[in-house]
Amino acid sequence: MSDPSAAAYEAVIGLEVHVHLKTRSKVFCGCPASFGAPPNTNVCPVCLGLPGSLPVLNEAALRSALLAGLMLGCRIAPFSKFDRKNYFYPDLPKNYQISQYDLPLCAGGGLEIEADGRRRRIGITRVHLEEDAGRLVHTEGGAGGSGVDFNRTGVPLLEIVSEPELRGPEEAVAYLKELRRTLRYIGVSDCDMEKGSLRCDANVSIRPRGAAALGVKVEVKNMNSFRAVGKALAHEIERQARALAEGERIARETRLWEAEAGVTRPMRGKEEAHDYRYFPDPDLVPVVPAAALVEELRASLPEPPLRRRDRFADRYGLPAYDAEVLTAERETADYFEACVAAGAEPKAASNLIMGEMLRLLKEAGIPIREAKVAPAGIAELTRLVAAGEVSGTAAKEVFAEMFAAGRGAEEIVRARGLAQLSDEGELERVVGEVLRANPQSAADYRAGKAKALGFIVGRVMKATKGRANPGLVNKILKKALG
Amino acid sequence: MTIGRDEVEHVARLARLRLTDEERERFTAQLAAILDYVRKLNEIDTAGVEPTAHVLPLRNVTRPDEVRPSLEREGVLRLAPRADDGFIMVPRVIE
Repeated sequence: MSDPSAAAYEAVIGLEVHVHLKTRSKVFCGCPASFGAPPNTNVCPVCLGLPGSLPVLNEAALRSALLAGLMLGCRIAPFSKFDRKNYFYPDLPKNYQISQYDLPLCAGGGLEIEADGRRRRIGITRVHLEEDAGRLVHTEGGAGGSGVDFNRTGVPLLEIVSEPELRGPEEAVAYLKELRRTLRYIGVSDCDMEKGSLRCDANVSIRPRGAAALGVKVEVKNMNSFRAVGKALAHEIERQARALAEGERIARETRLWEAEAGVTRPMRGKEEAHDYRYFPDPDLVPVVPAAALVEELRASLPEPPLRRRDRFADRYGLPAYDAEVLTAERETADYFEACVAAGAEPKAASNLIMGEMLRLLKEAGIPIREAKVAPAGIAELTRLVAAGEVSGTAAKEVFAEMFAAGRGAEEIVRARGLAQLSDEGELERVVGEVLRANPQSAADYRAGKAKALGFIVGRVMKATKGRANPGLVNKILKKALG
Repeated sequence: MTIGRDEVEHVARLARLRLTDEERERFTAQLAAILDYVRKLNEIDTAGVEPTAHVLPLRNVTRPDEVRPSLEREGVLRLAPRADDGFIMVPRVIE
């Protein structure tokens, strides 16, 4: 930060993250929890809060919440319950949200993050299960009024609250990204900020560098992308620092990030609603997670992404960049390891996956599990390249066809005549022809123009449709010109 | 501790109730009487008694994650005072 007033202060940030759990039905009723249905078509008496209806907890939502808690190193509560959080807002048909107050399902965990090349563990205060509210649509002018869509009402939400231990926008974004990766690894949520399946609010305060006491906390909302989180926090920290430097006091308030203006502004209204009068929901009985279930879930936990990244670098000797890209999604990491298990040389497999594979998957818009290329196919191709039977250039062509048609590497190489020319006699013949056809270049090279060699190699490649073994061509050429 | 007029006003506001002066007086007295009555519970020694989270001795009531039919939209929208284009319409909410 360039502002000298900001350098005198340090930021203290805590994030409150909400993610949609990927269940078929809603958390307390059987309506579909899917995204994008026409408004008010996925609703029933329970999620509309009609009199006489009774919520019943979705088993899969409970499992996902426990799994997430375990993955984040939390203690699972021996006894947990649901509470009503009371407030009035048009997106909340019952006038209360079913949430958890004093006995959350999971508490006391942490998440290791990497920011600015340094590792830190950020504490996680609690993880609890609740229902989402509806969606409000504000039409511009005209008819006036706001439209309410209750499809989202009752979609299972996991609230994950971090300790106020993040020291700046970079750490906050790193935490969010690591949390997203981690939750995607266990498959409990898509964590797609664009679709609203991951939302993030921040508590931000600043204090004189080195001070122990915390400053006045401001809640920042309405950050709709990772970039927005970074920018909003940087702006808010600077705003608070400037205010303090000018002798102003920071108001304890909720502010909304306005992306276009690039500023946070105080949120109007709703302030009074902070008196939520929580009380146990009498419609829902307590949850006592069975020890057997918790142990079953614990045993199913995958290796966390950051640890897997370290292992990929150590065990397979991959550059840090490769390890990070390959472990960003669990499926990609699994695929890579299957390739290595099938006999592929790690770096060669990494190059193919990070380059051709991810590019073609993106173009086709499919996940890696739907790719027609089996890990054994990658192993086969890398073997052909390593053995000098296919050139690196031709390998890309072979891979593209493997991807499109699902055929084996050797079969494609044979059928399309892409095998690398490593027959010395044949290559000597081609080199001879090229030199006879380009006597000037040969003379140039002999006269000391090293560049002329590249031209001749290019001609040889052209004559062999790129199949000539480059190492061999160089050897033969140097002998012929030497 | 007894309930005062300010608290009654606060609770009424949270419940979106507008009280007349007469009502506020009356409800303050009535609520105070109710709280006094409930306060009798404080006379019981509850040391060592687990807090009650629910009156039923039930735990872990769940349902399988299965989709069941939702309501038909026209019927839902008829419950609302105003609807438009599939949405339930409310006075504009300023964010």
